[in-house]
Formats: sequence, C-alpha cells, structure tokens
Amino acid sequence: MPDFGKPTIEYVELIPLFVVFGAACLGVLVEAFLPRETRRVPQVLVTLVGLAGALGATIYVATDVDKHADGAARGLVGAEGSIIVDGPTLYLWGLVLVFGILGTALFAERRLEGGLSAFAGQAAALPGTEAERIAATKGLDHTEVYPLLLFSIGGMLLFPASGDLLTMFVALEVLSLPLYLLCGLARRRRLLSQEAAMKYFLLGAFSSGFFLYGAALVYGYAGSVSLSDIDQAVREGTADHTLLLVGIALLAVGLLFKVGAAPFQAWTPDVYQGAPTAVTAFMSAATKVAAFGALLRLFYVAFDAERWSWQPMLAVVAIVTMLLGAVLAVAQTDVKRMLAYSAIAHTGFLLTGVIGAQGSGELGDNQYTSLEGVLFYLTTYGFASVGAFALLTVVRDAGGEATGGSSWSGLGKRSPLVAGAFAFFMLSMAGIPLTSGFVGKWAVFTSAMSAGFWWVVLPAITASIIAVFFYIRQIRLMFFSEPDPDGAAAVTEPSLLTTGTVAICLAATLVLGIVPGPVLDLVVGAGEFIR
Amino acid sequence: MSTQLLLTAAADVEHHIPVVAPAEADGAFSLLWLIIALPLLGAAILLLGGKYTDKWGHYLGTALPIGSFVISLVCFINVLGRDEGDRQVAQHLYDWFEVGGLDVGMDLLYDPLSAMFLLLITGVGSLIHVYSIGYMAHDPRRRRFFGYLNLFVAAMLMLVLSENYVGLFLGWEGVGLASYLLIGFWQHKPSAAAAAKKAFVINRVGDMGLGLAIFLMFVTFGTTSFSGVSALSAGASETTLNWIGVLLLVGACGKSAQVPLQAWLLDAMEGPTPVSALIHAATMVTAGVYLITRSNFIFELAPTAQTAVVVVATVTLLWGAILGCAKDDIKKGLAGSTMSQIGYMMLGAGLGVAGYAFAIFHLLTHGFFKANMFLGAGSVMHAMDDDVNMRHYGGLQKLLPVTFLTFAMGYLAIIGFPGFSGFFSKDKIIEVALTENLLVGILATIGAGITGFYMTRMMLLTFFTKKRWEDGVHPHESPAVMTVPLIVLAALSVLGGIMLAGNWIVDFLSPVVGHVEHEDPPLPAIVITIIVVLVVALGAGLAFLLFQKRDVPREAPADVSFAVKAARADLYGDAINDVIVVRPGSELVTALVETDRKVVDGTFMGGSGIVRGIGHGLRHVQTGYVRSYALSVLGGALILVLTLVAVNL
Repeated sequence: MPDFGKPTIEYVELIPLFVVFGAACLGVLVEAFLPRETRRVPQVLVTLVGLAGALGATIYVATDVDKHADGAARGLVGAEGSIIVDGPTLYLWGLVLVFGILGTALFAERRLEGGLSAFAGQAAALPGTEAERIAATKGLDHTEVYPLLLFSIGGMLLFPASGDLLTMFVALEVLSLPLYLLCGLARRRRLLSQEAAMKYFLLGAFSSGFFLYGAALVYGYAGSVSLSDIDQAVREGTADHTLLLVGIALLAVGLLFKVGAAPFQAWTPDVYQGAPTAVTAFMSAATKVAAFGALLRLFYVAFDAERWSWQPMLAVVAIVTMLLGAVLAVAQTDVKRMLAYSAIAHTGFLLTGVIGAQGSGELGDNQYTSLEGVLFYLTTYGFASVGAFALLTVVRDAGGEATGGSSWSGLGKRSPLVAGAFAFFMLSMAGIPLTSGFVGKWAVFTSAMSAGFWWVVLPAITASIIAVFFYIRQIRLMFFSEPDPDGAAAVTEPSLLTTGTVAICLAATLVLGIVPGPVLDLVVGAGEFIR
Repeated sequence: MSTQLLLTAAADVEHHIPVVAPAEADGAFSLLWLIIALPLLGAAILLLGGKYTDKWGHYLGTALPIGSFVISLVCFINVLGRDEGDRQVAQHLYDWFEVGGLDVGMDLLYDPLSAMFLLLITGVGSLIHVYSIGYMAHDPRRRRFFGYLNLFVAAMLMLVLSENYVGLFLGWEGVGLASYLLIGFWQHKPSAAAAAKKAFVINRVGDMGLGLAIFLMFVTFGTTSFSGVSALSAGASETTLNWIGVLLLVGACGKSAQVPLQAWLLDAMEGPTPVSALIHAATMVTAGVYLITRSNFIFELAPTAQTAVVVVATVTLLWGAILGCAKDDIKKGLAGSTMSQIGYMMLGAGLGVAGYAFAIFHLLTHGFFKANMFLGAGSVMHAMDDDVNMRHYGGLQKLLPVTFLTFAMGYLAIIGFPGFSGFFSKDKIIEVALTENLLVGILATIGAGITGFYMTRMMLLTFFTKKRWEDGVHPHESPAVMTVPLIVLAALSVLGGIMLAGNWIVDFLSPVVGHVEHEDPPLPAIVITIIVVLVVALGAGLAFLLFQKRDVPREAPADVSFAVKAARADLYGDAINDVIVVRPGSELVTALVETDRKVVDGTFMGGSGIVRGIGHGLRHVQTGYVRSYALSVLGGALILVLTLVAVNL
C-alpha cells in the first residue's frame, strides 16, 4: 500500500490564488444571504477588494521570490509540483488581475442603461415573455456576475501557473465555465447573447476534449503529467515519437481554440459580438493573457526539446490566423465584429512571437527572448483592447449600443473625446510608432525574425498593413464622414467607472509607446520559466 | 581575372564609406530637439485648441516653422565653422525602448546631409506657410489646415533628423499620415477622398518594404542606428545587403512615387496647392532619395540593389516626363514633372559615391524651382477661379506679371537653361550617368529633351498663346502675401547653382557620402553640356512650333495617336495596378467572406436572433451552425495532427 504523505502547500506564495478564490466564495455567500436589492454594492466591494488584495499579494510575492535552483529563473515549484510560481507566472498574474479590476469596473457601470447594469435582469426568463418584461420594469439585476468573474479570474491565474497537464486542464475548465455563463447574460439582444454563450460552450467543451485526449497521449509517452518530467522524457526520446507528436497537436488544439487561432477561430466573432460588451472587453484581454501564458509554458517547458516539430506547425497557424483575421476584418461593417476579427489577427501576431523560441545558446548577447516579446505584446494589446471595447459601451442609440458602422460616422464632430480616444486605440492596434502597439509588434516580429522565421514575418507585416487599412478606415469614418441622418449614434455620459477604465487604458497605451522602458525591464526581470 | 578586379574594387570602395560617428551635441546644437518640437507644438495647439485658435492660429502655425528655420540656420552656420571631421553631431533625448539587444534611442543626428534637408524643409516650408495665409484665406477650416501642415513639417523633420532607422520610420509614417490628411483636406470632393485613400494604400506597400528592411537590419546587425549599421555593414554578406537594399528601394519607391509605386502622385494633386508644393514637390516625395543617400553604407556594398535603383530611376524619369507631355491639368503636368525629376535624383543616388552629392544638389534646386512653380500654378488658379485646365488659360503674362516672371524663372531652371540652378544640377547627374553607363546617360539626356518640351508647352499654354478663358473670368494678380514667397523662391531658383561654386556641396557632403576621385566622362564635360542644352532646345522648339504657331483648342482633341492616349491615361498605371493587385485582392476578400458566411458563419449576424423573430427560439437556428463550427475545429485538429506527424516521420 502506497504511503500518503501530507502535501506541502506554500501558502505565502500562493496567496493571490487563495484571495481570489476566497473572494469568489464570499461572493456566493453574499448572494445567498443578502436581499436582492442590497447585494450590488457588497458584491462590487468584495470583488474589487479581492482583486486589489490579490494584486498587492502578487507584487509582494514578486519582490520576495528567490532565485530558483537552476539560476536562469526565479520562483518556486509549489503545491507538490502542480503550481509553479516563477517570474512569468507573477507577471501574468499581475496582468490578469489588472484586467480583472478594469473588467469589474465595466461590469459595475449602471449609468449607461439608466440605472441598470448591462446584464440581464432575470436570465431564466425567456426572451420576449411577460416574465422578462416584469424583471425589466422591476429593475432586477444579476449580481452573480461578480462571483462568476472571480472564479473565472481564479482559473486564469491557475492556468499559466500549472505545473502539470491535469492542473492545466482543471484551470482551463475553471476559467471557461463562468465565462460561458457570463457571455449569455446580456440585457439587450438576449437571443444573440444566449446563442453566443451556447456556441462558446459547445465548442469550448469540444476543444477541451481534444486537450484532454492530448494530455492522455502525452502521459502515455512520458509516463507522467508533470511538465518537467515530460521535458525529461522528450529529451531522452526513447518512447514512441508518434504518440508524442499526436499528443502535442491535440494539446495545441485545446489552447489554440482558447486564444482564437485559425482554424479554431470561428467562435470568436460571434461570441465577442453576442456577449455583453463588458464581458467581451474583459475576456478579450484576460483570456488571451492566461491562455497564451499556458501555451508558452506548455511549449517552452514541456516540449522545448521538440521545438523543431512544433515551431513550423505554429508558424503556419500564425500565418493563416493573422491573414484570415486581417482580411475578414476588412469586410466588416460592424465595429464590434471588426474588433473581434482584429483580435484574431492579433492572436496571429502573438503566435509569431511564440515561434521565436531559441535555445539559450543560440541567442545573441543580451538578446531578448521571445517570451519577453510575447509578454510585452500581451500587455500592450490587452490595454488597447479593454479600452476600445469599453468605448463601445458608451456609443449608443435607442436600441442600446450602436455598433453598426454607419452609426459611428461623424462621431468625431459630436464627441471628439470619445472618437479621439477610440482613434488612439485603433492607431495602437495598427502599430503606428509612438503607441504601445508599435513596440509590441516590433518585439514579437524581431524575435521571430532572429529565430529564422522570415517567412512568417513577411506575411505578418503584410497582415499588419491590411490591418492598418481597416483601423484607419474606422478613424476616417469617425472624423471625415458626414453623420448618417437616420441612425447616428450618440455618446451617453458614463459614470467614473467606465471613464476611469478608459483613462487608465489610454494612459497605459500612450506611456508604453513613448517610454516602454520600465515595463520592458519588468518583463525582462520576469526571466525564464522554471523547468 | 574579372573577379580579381571586382574584389579590389570592393576593397577600394570599403575604404571610402564613411562611418557615422557623431560627437555629443553642445552649444547651438543642444537646441536640435526644438527644431522638431516647435512645429509639433503648433500642431498640438491648433488641432487640440479647437475654434478658440481660429483667429490667430494661422499666424502661430507660420511663426513656429520660421522658428525652426532660424535654429536650423544657426546650426548650419555653426557647422560651417567646424572642421570637416567634426561635422556630425548627435543628441540623445531619451531611451525610447531598450531591452536586451533591442535598444532604440530617441536620438537626433545633425550632419551635413541633414543640415541641407533642415534648411530646405524649414525654409521652403515657412515660405509655403506664408503663402497659405493668403491662399487659404477664405477657407473655413484654415486653422485645421495649418495644424496639419505643422504636423507634416514636424514629422518630416523627425524623418531627416533621426539617428536610427526606427526614428526615421516614425517620421516616415508621420509624413504619410499628414499627407493623407492634407490630400483629403477637401473631403467633400469624392475625388479628394479617393485620392487620399489611394496614396495611403500604395504607400503602405512602400512602408512594408522599409519595415522589412529595418527588421532585417536589426537581425543582421543587432542595431538600427546609423552609426551601428554603418560600422558593421562591411562585415555582412553581400546577399543580405542586397536584400536590405532592395527592400529600402521598395520603401523609397512608395514615398517618392517611383515606378512601379508611382500611381498615387498625380491623384494627390487633389489636395490644396500649397500641399502639392510642400509635400509633393519639395519635401516628402524626396524622402526616398534621402533614404538611399543616408543608407550609402548599405548600397555601396550591394551592387545588385544599386543597379535596381538605377533601373527604377531611369524608367521613372522617362515615365514621368511622358505623362507631363499629355496633361492639360496644370498641377498634374507639374506632378508628372516632379516624378521625372525625382527620377533624376534617384539616378544620381543609384550611381554611388560619384552621384550622391549631385542627387542632393538636384533635390535642393528642385525644391526651390518646383515649389516656386507649384505656388505659381496656385496663383494662376487663384486668378482663374480655380480652373486647372491649361486649355482654358492663355495670354496671362500681362495680367499676372509677378506670377509670370517668377514662374518663368522656375521654368528656365527646370529645363536647365544655362546659368539657372537646374542647369548645373541636372547637367552633373547626366554627366555622371554618361560616365558610369552610356545607355543610362543617353536616356537621361532624352529625358531632359522631353522636359524641355512639356515645360515649354505648359509655359506657352498658360502665359502666351491667345486667351481662351470665358468672359466671366477676370484674372487678377494675387496679394503680396502670396507673391512675396514666389519672388523669394524664384530668386533661389535662379541662384541655387551657386552651391556648386568651387565644388562646395560635394566637399560639404563628403563626410556623409564619401569621396571619389573625379573620373573623366567619355566626352569632355563641356561637350556633354552643349549636347544636353541642344537636346533641350530641340524639345522646347518643338513645343513652340506645336503650340505657339498653331491655335490651341479649348477642348482636348479626341482623335489623337495611341501614344498620347496612353500618356493621358497615365501610361495605364492604374489599369496595371487594377489587373495585378486590386482585382485579385478584392476577389480574394469576397471569396473569403463568402466562405466565411456560407460555411462557417451561418447567418449569425442578428439574422437569427432578431430579424427572424423572437419566437423562433434557439434550437431552430442554432444547431446546424455549431455543427459546422465544430466541424472546422475537428478538421483543423486533424490537419494539425497529420502535418505534425507527416513532417516528422
């Protein structure tokens, strides 16, 4: 009979996770014990305090972790090897928590809907029925969105920190399930929203299946689910190689689905459009951060020695993804949908960075690693994306958010501030110099280039040029077109929650473009993954 | 044996390529950043200040570039007082981004090359600002116009002052953006909006070339600064350098409207005339020449790329000249001529060390006389109620005496009338071309002849011949605020040749572009000069016979030869683009969208949710489409697995 020892848990280093999950549980209690009308303020407080506390704890842990045994990385392997708290983990945690706080602010916004949140009053009421109408007139609100958000964020924290494939799978589900629900809770256009949630759920479950099967195959190959053991087995390379290759491909499917890479991108436009915009804003940034973190860890740690196999595969995926995203975005007239396709293109750009992995011997003196490039790109894109989606919530007409292209025409004349801010985010996503997007693109493209992937950088630059076209077209529409006489949208004055979020994103995008130095230092300071 | 020769030649060349090694900026040079900051400040105040700045905005917008000019002048005088060895000065503003090997500073470089550009941009730029006060007096959006102009000037200054390719790229994108805003300034005209879009799209192709070149440089040398690349370029392989060179050429072609990326320049004339003078004659379109001259440390070691530059330049100088012959729109005629003249500059730059200085010399003189003529054309349009058709002009020399005289100075300069600035600069390029390659030299001479033809035609149709305007038009001379800049530019057009006195400009630029011993042309220089002048006279004489001796119809005759039709249609530049790029591109997009909609996308877009009615419910609409999505996931997974396994077995 095997011995069962008591597992060691590094409570201090894992505080951020405990705080977030603890706050989520507290949120459920609030939901259970407080009367419906009074829940909102406590929920928002619990969420914000929880996230801010977790962020503070992350910073504390980041200043505190020591050099890992192998020297190149900082941090420790915790919870019996299932959670790894190293430099990249901590950076990604910080990023997810910041986007979580911004997302919470957008969730809590109530002024835009005349005192109601953007979420359905009573999700259980069928659209178009009497029950729904009653829920609306009574001013009901779903405050469950806050605990859901917290659970999802908890999953996102765990995802890139996973030390083995099982933890990674559990984290994947923990982050996904609440998101599926959140996507279906829009107050307006509920069918669209529910449809999106349904699709996201079915396809997400489908791709999780691939991930799990891949994990099983890799276990069959390596005899372990731990990433470092898999790395060891791959380096020894004794077992059946085909098993490993199929396993890598299937694991990749699960992760590529989450980041929205082609050919697994089909859900992105529908879900981004159908979900409440606050949710879209949050998940466009945070899910990407978490999923790319996990992708990087899996491929850089477990399959590092197998680089020559997966680099070309991801390279092709990257090319197809960015070209498809950019070209289809050109054909969109709806702003929200255009942003969704642009998110696909950005996934491609990020993948371009991912394939730039090189062994430490191949890197030149002081050359930055592809990991650092991708982390920086995630930062820049996340802020621009949250900011842009947040602005979508304030441009409205009688039917709620007005995302139809023509209703935005001439917005620059009516609301120069909103249009100007949106234009700035567009410029950043387009990668115009002096915005953060330029530095980010530069970082990922050069790392792919120095790894010898010029044949990926070439389409990447082509795609960014196509992308500039539709971003600038949007700017042109806002500033140089006459307003549409039938359906011109106007800006509804939001509360400080939304304006603050936009202001933070704006400042981050500007500062990261002009003086990216400090953040780049932070990224470099994050160092390597622990192997 | 020939390899042997080549090798020694290469070693010899390496010896001459100067390395950029600037000293720290001090004294007057510590104000370098202000040169860019002043117009940038102007743009910020005018564009953000809104209507509060309507009253005085145009004065501020004019004063700030003049300020930059003064600083440029002070720096120039300072640099003249220095030894030839210390004429490169760098100012480090701050580290733009720095991480590991990726180290890009906001650094400015002042050397003889940027000195010349600074004087041209701020000098001619200021004159054009002054002129615009009069030209745009009645435009309700004048303040915004000056804001854009200032933005353009700031970006252009950034382009020529940056010490690394990334900063240059920043300026490069900036001028592109400002030019887009200015071409489309009269956006109520659909033609202006379309022209702005066209310029933007074509320029993206060029930018892609420049972007790739910078990436390749970074990967090859680990740096993008001029000093770093110039120090390391001799160590790189020739193939790499050729690639970098060709990519830089693609960038230069886009910005400088060289074949095959030339199609946007003629349409860009939809912008207000001062814009054409500033951006599409004197400054932005010459950025390509700057790029190639600045990158001499690449091109000198990349013979294939250098040959490509010469070929592109020769084709363009003839292409532009032929277009110029058939245009009735005075601005488009001038635009064709600009294209052709930039072809000459590129030719000079492509000819290597012997030609760089003359390329820049021609760039400067061209900046004077072409800005002069564009502003002159603006003055004529001002007089003719904004009519641009030369067939509606005629006999204006008495009515617009100042415009006529200044335009004539520009005319004599551009055709290369002995003694005028263009005579010296173009003659030198043709001489070097004849020395290096006889065929190119002869083609450049023929180009000069065609220049004589089309410019004489323009001169005659506008100022001589019988009057062809209608009775309602009352031509009148422009106000002093417009004519004074014309007079200054005319004086510069006449006297610009002085820069060649004692070979000054060649010696001045030699710290940047290197120096070679003068090689004797195949014929004595004076004989070449006489031949060129005769060829020009032939072209001018032909134009005189065709247009002065015969009546000019008010409407363009339709029964013309194929050659004229082709030239009127811009030598089918648009048609070629359409067949090669536009149509396949749009068909690809349509096909992709169709596939996306039919196979993957369903009719999700509200079609299911809202329009088809709330009662339908989810089941009905949904399942089918999710299935097709799932199918694509499955298909994708299958492809991934199969390729990964297949490739690695």
